[in-house]
Amino acid sequence: MSTIAKDNTAEAEQNIKLDSKIPEGPLEEKWENYKGSMNLVAPNNKRHLEVIVVGTGLAGSSAAASLAELGYKVKAYTFHDSPRRAHSIAAQGGINAAKNYQNDGDSVYRLFYDTIKGGDYRSREANTYRLAEVSANIIDQCVAQGVPFAREYGGLLANRSFGGVQVSRTFYARGQTGQQLLIGAYSALSRQVSSGQVELFTRHEVLDIVIIDGKARGIIVRNLITGEIERHSAHAVVLATGGYGNVFYLSTNAMGCNVTAAWRAVQRGAYMANPCYTQIHPTCIPVSGSYQSKLTLMSESLRNDGRVWVPKKKEDVEAIRSKQKSPNDIPEEDRDYYLERRYPAFGNLVPRDVASRAAKQACDRGYGVNATGLAVFLDFNAAIERYGKAAAHQHGIHNPDASTIRKYGVEVIEQKYGNLFEMYEKITGDDPYRTPMMIYPAVHYTMGGLWVDYNLQTNVDGLFALGECNFSDHGANRLGASALMQGLADGYFVIPYTIGQFLSQEIQTPPIPNDTPEFLKAEKEVNERIDRLMDINGEVSVDTFHRELGHIMWEYCGMARNREGLLKGRAMIRELRDRYWKEVYIPGDRNEFNPELEKALRVADFMEMGELMILDALDREESAGGHFREEYQTEDGEALRRDEEYAYVSAWEWDEEEPELHKEKLVFENVELKVRSYK
Amino acid sequence: MNWLSRFFTSSIGRKLIMSLTGLFLILFLVVHLVGNLQLLNEDDGFSFNTYAYFMTHNGLVKTISFGLYFFIVLHAIQGIVVTIHNRKSRKKNYRQLNFREADFASRNMAVLGLLILAFLFMHMGDFWLKMKMGQLDMVKYDGVNYPVNDLYTRVNTAFSVWWIVVLYVIGQIALFFHLKHGFYSAFQTLGWNHPKYTPIIKGIGLVFSVVVPLGFALIPLYIYFVR
Amino acid sequence: MKLTLKIWRQKDREETGGFETYQVEASEEMSFLEMLDVLNQELIEQKKEPVAFDHDCREGICGTCGMMINGQPHGPLKATTTCQLHMRHFNDGETILIEPFRANSFPVVKDLVVDRSAFDRIIQAGGYISVDTGQAPDGNVIPIEKDQASSAFDAAACIGCGACVAACPNASAVLFTGAKVSHLTQLPQGDVESKRRVQRMVAQMNKEGFGNCSNISACEAECPKEISVANIARMNREYISSSFSTDKVMD
Repeated sequence: MSTIAKDNTAEAEQNIKLDSKIPEGPLEEKWENYKGSMNLVAPNNKRHLEVIVVGTGLAGSSAAASLAELGYKVKAYTFHDSPRRAHSIAAQGGINAAKNYQNDGDSVYRLFYDTIKGGDYRSREANTYRLAEVSANIIDQCVAQGVPFAREYGGLLANRSFGGVQVSRTFYARGQTGQQLLIGAYSALSRQVSSGQVELFTRHEVLDIVIIDGKARGIIVRNLITGEIERHSAHAVVLATGGYGNVFYLSTNAMGCNVTAAWRAVQRGAYMANPCYTQIHPTCIPVSGSYQSKLTLMSESLRNDGRVWVPKKKEDVEAIRSKQKSPNDIPEEDRDYYLERRYPAFGNLVPRDVASRAAKQACDRGYGVNATGLAVFLDFNAAIERYGKAAAHQHGIHNPDASTIRKYGVEVIEQKYGNLFEMYEKITGDDPYRTPMMIYPAVHYTMGGLWVDYNLQTNVDGLFALGECNFSDHGANRLGASALMQGLADGYFVIPYTIGQFLSQEIQTPPIPNDTPEFLKAEKEVNERIDRLMDINGEVSVDTFHRELGHIMWEYCGMARNREGLLKGRAMIRELRDRYWKEVYIPGDRNEFNPELEKALRVADFMEMGELMILDALDREESAGGHFREEYQTEDGEALRRDEEYAYVSAWEWDEEEPELHKEKLVFENVELKVRSYK
Repeated sequence: MNWLSRFFTSSIGRKLIMSLTGLFLILFLVVHLVGNLQLLNEDDGFSFNTYAYFMTHNGLVKTISFGLYFFIVLHAIQGIVVTIHNRKSRKKNYRQLNFREADFASRNMAVLGLLILAFLFMHMGDFWLKMKMGQLDMVKYDGVNYPVNDLYTRVNTAFSVWWIVVLYVIGQIALFFHLKHGFYSAFQTLGWNHPKYTPIIKGIGLVFSVVVPLGFALIPLYIYFVR
Repeated sequence: MKLTLKIWRQKDREETGGFETYQVEASEEMSFLEMLDVLNQELIEQKKEPVAFDHDCREGICGTCGMMINGQPHGPLKATTTCQLHMRHFNDGETILIEPFRANSFPVVKDLVVDRSAFDRIIQAGGYISVDTGQAPDGNVIPIEKDQASSAFDAAACIGCGACVAACPNASAVLFTGAKVSHLTQLPQGDVESKRRVQRMVAQMNKEGFGNCSNISACEAECPKEISVANIARMNREYISSSFSTDKVMD
């Protein structure tokens, strides 16, 4: 056999392993055709089919509710005390939908195109197009559920514009859109719980996925109140467990967000795709001390009116750090509005990845403005003055003095961002109306996730992944207000159809027993793992290790990466992992409510996930979206994508020693690959 | 009747009983005060005693008064039942409480209610019971062709004792606090909360809770100090 | 800043529990929960059991955290959850008393963690609009007056933390239940089934063993989202009218 023939076989095998199952036909017709020709499960059969849904955020709740409405028997799991606590609740800004209510030229295609382009051409066309297609239905569904979206005086839905797109397509409910959407999905889920169609398990954490004859058939969970390990079976398993941003310890994620269920799936053979793509959000409140447990996001919408700057002179930086000078003392000519300088076309409104990187570069050059040197200013003075003048004019004052302008200007800013300013003051103790905000980028969202095909099924049959948990729609960078859209699209409008492709083959399968050898083995392994952790009885707390992991990840696999650093980071993580399994101390007992044990199990998985993120970042020798390799940048420091070599989805098969990379080539038939430029 | 009994034993149903009986008692207070103020007339009790006679002999008034007794009992029993249930809803209490909303009246409605109930027993024992037992002298006025109970003299006698006056004033202070919260609360329970009208109801409630107990308190004080 | 903490410790639901005193060194920039993190870190280093408390988003929206701090749910700062309360609001040398939210319907799970699943069951009883996925007409088919939508939002802002129950001398859950009834009733989509909803939710609330409302308004004063007691009045109105106006006896 010749080498070439061998290679061909390898590629063919690869394609079988990573068959994305994209329907035939033109892009606009794929989903319609799919729905028209897919396999259905008759109502009388649905009654006998059980589905496990893990996670009750936007994707999980909406999926569990919708599947139950169809007649499947659903079991829903969350580690929280209530489904409503999931971190989807914290999303502030809004949800995109191609409704074109504003008559400003929006369309399904434009939303699709913006998403592909925003994702730096690293997402799958067919999935992204479908997302744009169903986006409009999401708004309708949510309105019908009673989500109190913002409205105009005429009673119709209001929109605002968001992050770097040219149309106004973002629907919102004040600064709490995520909360309202989640409560909508939670209420739909609650309705199914009350009808008995969904069995709800709160304070239950998934610790393993059970696979029988190549199909996902159940989960091993720990009852967090009693510590009991339980075996739960079903015909299919849906994971909607969110992202893995907490690998970095400090992030805008909630404290409980974790990768455990997804990572256990990877341990059982599912592929993790594009793990290196991490979104760093540019406007977060900076770290104030080593005790810090979490970072707080200030909505992206602030960049509509705030100007980002650092002082031009080092001595001013020093003076501000030592509090000898207030930022207001720095004259205009001594300020460097670096985003406006570097990107005159988009200015302060460049996409998230670009803004974050620029802040890092300013601080790396030594211009960071707080004690730690890791903060830049977000200044509203210009906006206060601009709005103040206009408002004074409206009040019939044509020659206003400075204090009148300020008074009116502050009023306008308060109306627009009052709640955010209040939150900032609560956390920092500074009044952002008087002195500029200090901000710094922080880990926010992970575009990578479990590899899924068009059906949202992983490479393991019967195992599905929805929302942030999968990799599919955002490529290398997610646009603002698109996370909510994807979570709900997957849960309400995609999985109810696509799960039928798998379950229609299972109508003859009787209820899955939960005492097969596979279940007993998985249960035993989980028990052993817990015992092993408890028995270490070292001296070091779980948080100490988690913090250290975060430092390594942030330092070597954060906003900018390079080969040398990544290699070093990988070695450090491996060393940390070894120490973890020798030195960690978990107080209390395994058979009780034990938050330290919960954390310990999660951190053990974060460490392995972190290593995979580094490996993926090493492999991807280009800069794209949230992944910036310092070796691959243009002369003026912009990201350099290498489409010829890297237009693929990396899907990793886990192995303790050397994880194996599978590549799904990305085919672009409908958009032309361009260099993103915001200059 | 199942739905009806279920309604009145639900938490909102029980509160509705408190609200409606409370509103009726508020109305009664007005009538009672207007009548009692006749004690201040310097006419040897003519107007007051004939009024008292009318109130105890008119068929319609008598019927209503049975309703009144019933509502007082219902209000009291329901209040006690609700309070016991409330106390039981938090068996293990806090070590420390330091609430922002610390309105004395609203937090002590049950105690105030019991005080008022005790006052009511004393009050009725002093006058109503004595009259019913026929322990009062009869008096005849010109132009009235039947003798009436001389409740007027009994009141004057009672209010010439300092500690009775003090007890009456305390009773009215309790009534003030009870009304201060109860008036607004009755409307809130009925669901009458409105950004425009609630402040008005609260205002009227405050005026009412001051004026009515003050009017009642004025009688013993006037009699003690002036007569 | 040096602080003395008196914290309620209770091993599980059955145990009686009691207060323990701890010293902790905090800084003004810390959030209250970060101060507890510091304490727990020290306890773990001394191989003692850390204090269990519920928390998640730490940005004041998930409703997971909540404890009595010096006798107030979520502590001394108005309209602020425990996680958003910062130590600059306390003084050096101060003693802080920390207790779990208490109500029979919120049994203690451990230390400061309580079981608030009664809230979920109240929502399951009717805190939704009965619409299946895919049935919805276009979002703009029914206009909703701006102020009306805004008022519904005010009620929907509830985070389900339980501070209302904790603050109420009667341990009543009417603000929580009223907020949901009020949110949905004010919207034309939700008004359709408002009678059945309020009946079922109030029945469930009673069944869970919460106390009765006596209009003290402590709930409103302590609510981190400042939900108004006007929502309770709206629920009362709905409940009373639905009890008498419907032809059918509802279960």
